[in-house]
Amino acid sequence: MSLDQSNRSRLVIAFTFLVALVLAILPVPGWAQPFRPDWVSLVLIYWCMATPQRVGVGIGWTVGLILDVLYGSLLGEQALAKTLVAFLTLKLHLRMRMFPRWQQAVTVLVLVAVNHLVVLWIRDLVTHTPVRWSYWTSSVVSMLIWPWLFVILRDVRRRARVS
Amino acid sequence: MLSSPGWSLRTPSVLTRFVIFTILSLALMVLDHQGRRLAKIRAGLSVVFYPIEIAATLPARVGESFLNFVGGDSALQEKYSKLAAEQPLLEAKLQRYEALEAQNTHLRKLLGSAALVADRAVVAKILQVSEEPFTRKIVIAKGSSDGVHEGQPVIDNHGIMGQVTEVDPGQSRVTLITDPGHAIPVEDVRNGLRTIVFGTGDEDRVAVRYLTAPTDIKVGDLLVSSGIGGTFPFGYPVARVTRIVNNPNEPFLDIHARPVAHLEYNKEVLLIWPVKTAPGKTLPPNPASPIGAPPMNGAIRKAPSPAGGTPRGSPMAAQPHPASVGGLSDIGHAH
Repeated sequence: MSLDQSNRSRLVIAFTFLVALVLAILPVPGWAQPFRPDWVSLVLIYWCMATPQRVGVGIGWTVGLILDVLYGSLLGEQALAKTLVAFLTLKLHLRMRMFPRWQQAVTVLVLVAVNHLVVLWIRDLVTHTPVRWSYWTSSVVSMLIWPWLFVILRDVRRRARVS
Repeated sequence: MLSSPGWSLRTPSVLTRFVIFTILSLALMVLDHQGRRLAKIRAGLSVVFYPIEIAATLPARVGESFLNFVGGDSALQEKYSKLAAEQPLLEAKLQRYEALEAQNTHLRKLLGSAALVADRAVVAKILQVSEEPFTRKIVIAKGSSDGVHEGQPVIDNHGIMGQVTEVDPGQSRVTLITDPGHAIPVEDVRNGLRTIVFGTGDEDRVAVRYLTAPTDIKVGDLLVSSGIGGTFPFGYPVARVTRIVNNPNEPFLDIHARPVAHLEYNKEVLLIWPVKTAPGKTLPPNPASPIGAPPMNGAIRKAPSPAGGTPRGSPMAAQPHPASVGGLSDIGHAH
């Protein structure tokens, strides 16, 4: 590889975000919609935790903005939510690394739920959106999928020697 | 966090960055919500990130073509898809008769101010549906290069589906009538009662709000677009009233209706270009049937096959009618 370490790290991180974005808008049947994990938040949380010197609030904002464009939602809605998620993860990252896997997953549940809450607040201000319980299933699914995603992303990070 | 003195001078702290990006997001939201001043930027960005959307729809496309491949006789297949493409156009011609018949009898009395409506329609394929649980939006495979404009009505072979709210060169986003941010002016076919149908976010329910108890509305009533506001042409079915709850503690009736259009089942939708002549200017020579004459008599053009590239029955020729330039004139908030 002619790429130096730093550039390769950036590429690998960008690629994982790209995959997360594709998964976020992958068409699925209607009944499966509420069970879609918040892929982008999960990947963002992982990189903020593992490599806080590379991925932070700015990246979170950028990815959120791309998500806004893809969703067709109000510009800045997801951007704000992801900024907050990145910020909180950076604040917690040293502790999260020490947590056992299940406790990490619970933290992820809280972070993703905060993301959803922010989006819900904004929606409620702009258009009066009804709240249904199915809105929160995504956070729970995100929590359940976290341990597996963590292992996958950790492998990716080690193989590609991202630091 | 990065509190050593030399360091914090060079790069802003995490908190500072958080505050900066939060303010940036809030500013974006205010701008985007108020003036839609960001439409250009949004369009540019969505072109840049279009490959992500292509990647996301790839499995579905590959699956579809694989099924077609396995599906057998290609000639039959071709004939079928040709007929299937014609079907919605034919049904669209039929769907307005109920409303037109009611109006015809009414107009025989009034005679005089008739806005002749003749609509052209083109079939568009649905690329994707809303990924979020509460917004009801779809993306269709026709864009500004096909003459699509903001505020354009979208129907299927049963009734009105929604309106175009965002246009890119090759695709556009349609806000469905069930979206919580959408409202459409309608009238009751039975008695001409004018009201507004609001989206609820539920896929099979819309709401009729701000009607009081003595209002003459019944379960089973068909609500059709009233044409007021100018975005939607008159007479297309919108919803059928399914439930009326009169709670004395509430100031208004709680009225549920079910959209007539099959919002969640279609693979193709119809874009229509309502063509209006100014009232009174070009009245048809025979005043006995000003509107009763089938308005789409040959007016709907056979659209090129939905999969095809640029249509030759060029909708570019259609001018967006002035009332819909505002685009969002019919989208209101629940307040």
